[in-house]
Amino acid sequence: MTTEVGSETEVKKDSEQVGQDKAKGKPEEASETPGNDKSRKASSEETQDSPVPAPTSPSSPSSQKKEKDSSESKGISRFLPPWLKKQKSYTLAEPKDEAKKRATGEEQIAEEGESHPSEGVAQPKRSLETVAENNAKGDDKEEKHSVSSAETQPAKEDGKEIEVEKVTEEKEEKEKRETKEVQTAESIPQKPPKKIKTVQCKVVLLDGTEYSCDLEKRAKGQILFDKVCEHLNLLEKDYFGLLFYENSDQKNWLDSSKEIKRQIRSLPWLFTFNVKFYPPDPSQLTEDITRYFLCLQLRQDIASGRLPCSFVTHTLLGSYTLQAEMGDHDPEEHRSDYISEFQFAPNQTQEMEEKVAELHKTHRGLTPAQADSQFLENAKRLSMYGVDLHHAKDSEGVDIMLGVCANGLLIYKDRLRINRFAWPKILKISYKRSNFYIKVRPAELEQFESTIGFKLPNHRAAKRLWKVCVEHHTFFRLLSPEQPPKSKFLTLGSKFRYSGRTQAQTRQASNLIDRPAPYFERSSSKRVSRSLDGAPMSISDQSLLRDFHTTRGQPGGDKIIDLEAAGQAKLKEGGIEDDGSPLKTPQLELIQDGKDLDKTQDDLLKHQASISELKRNFMESTPEPRPNEWEKRRITPLSLQTQGKKGDHIFQVKTLPGKEKQWTAMPSIAGTKPEETDRKHASRAEGSCTEVSNADKSSHETLDIVEEKKQAEVGIEETLVIDETNKGKIQVATDAGETCKVEHLTKKDSSSLPSDSSSSSSSESEDEEVGEYQPHHRAVEEVIREEQEEEEDVKRKEHEEKIQHVEATPEGSQLTVPAEHTQVAAEDLVQENTTTIPAEEKNLSEEIKQDLYEEKEEEQLKLNGDVSHVDIDVSPQIICCSEPPVVKTEMVTISDATQRTEISTKEVPIVQTETKTITYESPQFDGSAAGSAGVLLSAQTITSESISTTTTTHITKMVKGGVSETRIEKRIVITGDADIDHDEALAQAIKEAKEQHPDMSVTRVVVHKETELAEEDED
Amino acid sequence: MGRGRAAGGALSAARAGGGGSRAEPGRSDPPASPRSMAGLGGGPAAFGRCTHAVVRALPESLCRQALRSTPGPEVDFARAEREHQLYVGVLRGKLGLQVLELPADESLPDCVFVEDAAVVCEETALLTRPGAPSRRKEVEAMKRVLESLNLNMVEMVDENATLDGGDVLFTGREFFVGLSKRTNQRGAEILADTFKDYAVSTVPVHDSLHLKSFCSMAGPNLIAIGSSEAAQKALKTMQQMSDHRYDKLTVPDDAAANCIYLNIPSKGHVLLHRAPEEYPESAKVFEKLKDHMLIPIANTELEKVDGSLTCCSVLINKTSEL
Repeated sequence: MTTEVGSETEVKKDSEQVGQDKAKGKPEEASETPGNDKSRKASSEETQDSPVPAPTSPSSPSSQKKEKDSSESKGISRFLPPWLKKQKSYTLAEPKDEAKKRATGEEQIAEEGESHPSEGVAQPKRSLETVAENNAKGDDKEEKHSVSSAETQPAKEDGKEIEVEKVTEEKEEKEKRETKEVQTAESIPQKPPKKIKTVQCKVVLLDGTEYSCDLEKRAKGQILFDKVCEHLNLLEKDYFGLLFYENSDQKNWLDSSKEIKRQIRSLPWLFTFNVKFYPPDPSQLTEDITRYFLCLQLRQDIASGRLPCSFVTHTLLGSYTLQAEMGDHDPEEHRSDYISEFQFAPNQTQEMEEKVAELHKTHRGLTPAQADSQFLENAKRLSMYGVDLHHAKDSEGVDIMLGVCANGLLIYKDRLRINRFAWPKILKISYKRSNFYIKVRPAELEQFESTIGFKLPNHRAAKRLWKVCVEHHTFFRLLSPEQPPKSKFLTLGSKFRYSGRTQAQTRQASNLIDRPAPYFERSSSKRVSRSLDGAPMSISDQSLLRDFHTTRGQPGGDKIIDLEAAGQAKLKEGGIEDDGSPLKTPQLELIQDGKDLDKTQDDLLKHQASISELKRNFMESTPEPRPNEWEKRRITPLSLQTQGKKGDHIFQVKTLPGKEKQWTAMPSIAGTKPEETDRKHASRAEGSCTEVSNADKSSHETLDIVEEKKQAEVGIEETLVIDETNKGKIQVATDAGETCKVEHLTKKDSSSLPSDSSSSSSSESEDEEVGEYQPHHRAVEEVIREEQEEEEDVKRKEHEEKIQHVEATPEGSQLTVPAEHTQVAAEDLVQENTTTIPAEEKNLSEEIKQDLYEEKEEEQLKLNGDVSHVDIDVSPQIICCSEPPVVKTEMVTISDATQRTEISTKEVPIVQTETKTITYESPQFDGSAAGSAGVLLSAQTITSESISTTTTTHITKMVKGGVSETRIEKRIVITGDADIDHDEALAQAIKEAKEQHPDMSVTRVVVHKETELAEEDED
Repeated sequence: MGRGRAAGGALSAARAGGGGSRAEPGRSDPPASPRSMAGLGGGPAAFGRCTHAVVRALPESLCRQALRSTPGPEVDFARAEREHQLYVGVLRGKLGLQVLELPADESLPDCVFVEDAAVVCEETALLTRPGAPSRRKEVEAMKRVLESLNLNMVEMVDENATLDGGDVLFTGREFFVGLSKRTNQRGAEILADTFKDYAVSTVPVHDSLHLKSFCSMAGPNLIAIGSSEAAQKALKTMQQMSDHRYDKLTVPDDAAANCIYLNIPSKGHVLLHRAPEEYPESAKVFEKLKDHMLIPIANTELEKVDGSLTCCSVLINKTSEL
């Protein structure tokens, strides 16, 4: 928290400073001042300083709400631009509050995410920050304050979402507090206690000149970007971005919404201003100056060989360049060799220059702007125009290139296009370690989607590619940016989303540009181009950067680690850092806007089909011995019912490997009224990443969260590339027992010492191992299937690599971890139905799971399932609580609950097992009332966390056969280094849970221990 | 020499009827900007422009020695010659192209199928390395004649590469290269390197000799495609690979889907297609193209040795004397 607070402060300062700077520098442009939000908008300026690109409208609701919430929040806050409010509130956020906030945080987030799918405008910039851990609160806060309070509000509005009043209250309190804070901040605007540290920052512009400025150390990318654009007098700036290079050949886009420092780490503050999104039709750009910069970029691209052209095209484009930069050909002035000072092509020949000169003569009379336009008209038709290439290997290890462009993803082998996936065809984009996956809509006659995997050189490359895809999809296909992933619950992975304006938005904004065409000087492209060597087409040309690198001689590597380590520490403290942390929510959904609806619409409708249908389909698609899988995935989120879909909500939880040292304890507490709902294995072993997707989108409820930030970076090597998983039915067969699997992953990238875990994980902080993005989020079915497929595939294969199960004894007695592998990654898959009830305890939350499946089957699967599976010596621990917690509930009917199995649990002796598996379940689980469907009254999930533990509580209240039953399921994740006594922590957690619910019984304890070096980890 | 055999000539009544319709709404690109010189084809508007054609007389050895995918009736040389002369006559007389006719070479039975020896796009010519070893020498004569036209010449020297021009479909926006028995990946790569401006996508071709054995361009944005399963599958592949949406003209007979589209300044859209006597159903489909000047041409004899209409010429649009 400390960290966070600090950074926030900084941010605030920044924005203020920026505002001031701008005001000073450009008095005319009053609109640019942060305070003047409206005018800004009107002028179509980007309000990029703030994470909130949002229109003013959102701010009003928020302020209203605040007022309502607390008397304290009045006046000024209302007039503050949302970002200011937010920042301030952050600044003042008290650690104490955190806890409470945390408790509610996740839920809120979940709600926000789902309830406002349409609120594209508001872009929580911080999505990444929240990242791992259940630091959701941080995110929460931001979101609330930022952009629009709408997020919070909707949640409340949803009567269907069963919110416990307590929760609501808490929220409100929080809000009050926040508002207050805001005010305070207001009154003392320049309060920033710290002295401002500035850093000199250099940006290489497209004309080869260098722009430098001083930036506050904590400045976000947006600030720098805005400064550069202002310097360039560029209004249509959404097509552009700032690049920084690592290793001199890996280019990264500076994320505007995050602190620069966190992104570049130890790299020099050196950037290049580049075109990020190549407009497919440059003639639609509003201003000539924008086209000019695009031309400069393309000239670089062409001269460097990145954008291949034929000889003829080289000469033609070269001639337009000459016309634009030198004007009409003048035989007197232009000697025969004038042309050779320019570089038009990677390999320029005398012959080419002669032809360029000849053509130049034919352009007489064209103005520079016209010449640029002609240049662009020709350049845009080049097949590689706007294609961002990435090296990869296909499933067979063949070198290929993946090209991301406005229309989708192109696959090249050498120079041949061997496949193409238009955005509408892509259901999901994800990465996991160094693998990049796309899930593709089934072809006309095909029944199933397929997942295609590619192997990237390393996981950073995979993440980079993924981000580029997310950004391109959003920019070119959506009307407005998508909200960041909703719940942080079960998901791990990157929450990254494109936060800028989309092409549609920027075009709209451009239409409002009302200024005389700015004068600008066209500098000769000689300078720039000459320095460029013809680089192979796929490689970005970084000659410029290299120079810088060398000059500055920054050996990035070592330092990075340090930084990361530091970051990690912060994370532990509860602070949320954007980049670095491994994100828990890898699941990105691609939302297709109206544009996309063409094909998608149908699909969506289909998806909305009844669950039973889905189920059937699912079964068909996964013909294997794990019919339960489907069931498991089905969750009946109570709150979802609001959406009119009764009872059929599907949650998917997926855990991906990559956790390090993590203890997950899952004591389930079941209220014993009628019958106990069944439970599923909370941790289904596999995974470091958990993903929960709510099929419906309506509301999300997630159950567990086991991810740690550490997880984030695990350089786990996965050798397999999954190809068309759907078709591989085979896999399924093998999969049956997956529930208990723990994958052992070998980590190559990162140091794998347990002690290092923090640092190593942090080192990759920027690179989450997993990320997912789904273009069509409403398609429940798709989501689900995808998950499954991926899981299966991945699991299976990984699984085979090595699986290690770690067992822990319930009650925190002892955790035995057989650790032979350097690294053990446990994947936790939890798919359960859950509901949540507000928990009063910060650290403990109760989780209630309701499984739709039948326990028996499941268990059987486990037992008989995979060979690779470590067997399950499950010693179930069951705690019965006779008194169900009181939860305020709403009546919800679940139509499809028939499949649910109830398990009654009684006290079960706690048994210690040495199995590698972490799941303890009471044998009695299968019991009782299988097949009886209940009426779900309410469900709630609460998450809270303390330094070393994260607790998620799910409370479900059901009525079955006239008897009401409340189940509370609590998941406690204890994370920490070896120095933490996990057993004790676990015991403590259980104890606390018991105190809370005296009558409860612990039915199951699942412990995952994940360490990099198992040996060392053993306590 | 996309000497395509009609792969089945499956007549699907429905298709036959609907052949003339453009199944997919095409969206047309913004009008090509004026340009003083070729480059990127000058956009779709320039597609089909043609000033020169290279053809070659047929050797008598063709009758017995020409490669053929399936045994069948012997070629009637006299008739084949007449048909070919008619073909050349249309190009030269009716359409006003400058026809460069190479003499036959008896040692090269397949030499009449000049298309396979070179791919010419705008000012650049790629001399191929035909997949059939017996045909490699055909390229020499082609090289000479193209040099005379002062084109940018690229030769395929890689011994691992094979490419038949019959496997190359240029749509005006991009290339599709059939990977067939005659054309391999390497050959396609070299083509991609030669024509860097354009996307080059590969399309697996299994059941017929060449990609163009069952398809061709019938207009600036119009792909003529046969009805066979293989043809339809290939079309699907092409559609998936392309950023552009093409209209399609489905004809019942695969062989008839190989036609020649030309954009002749004084005549507008011109389409050379197989005669109604040969493929009546397909001819009916072509006849629905109201904007085209239709010229039916019989090709019965050369078809016996897998020859199709496009096989017998290399069309060149010489726009500049640079």
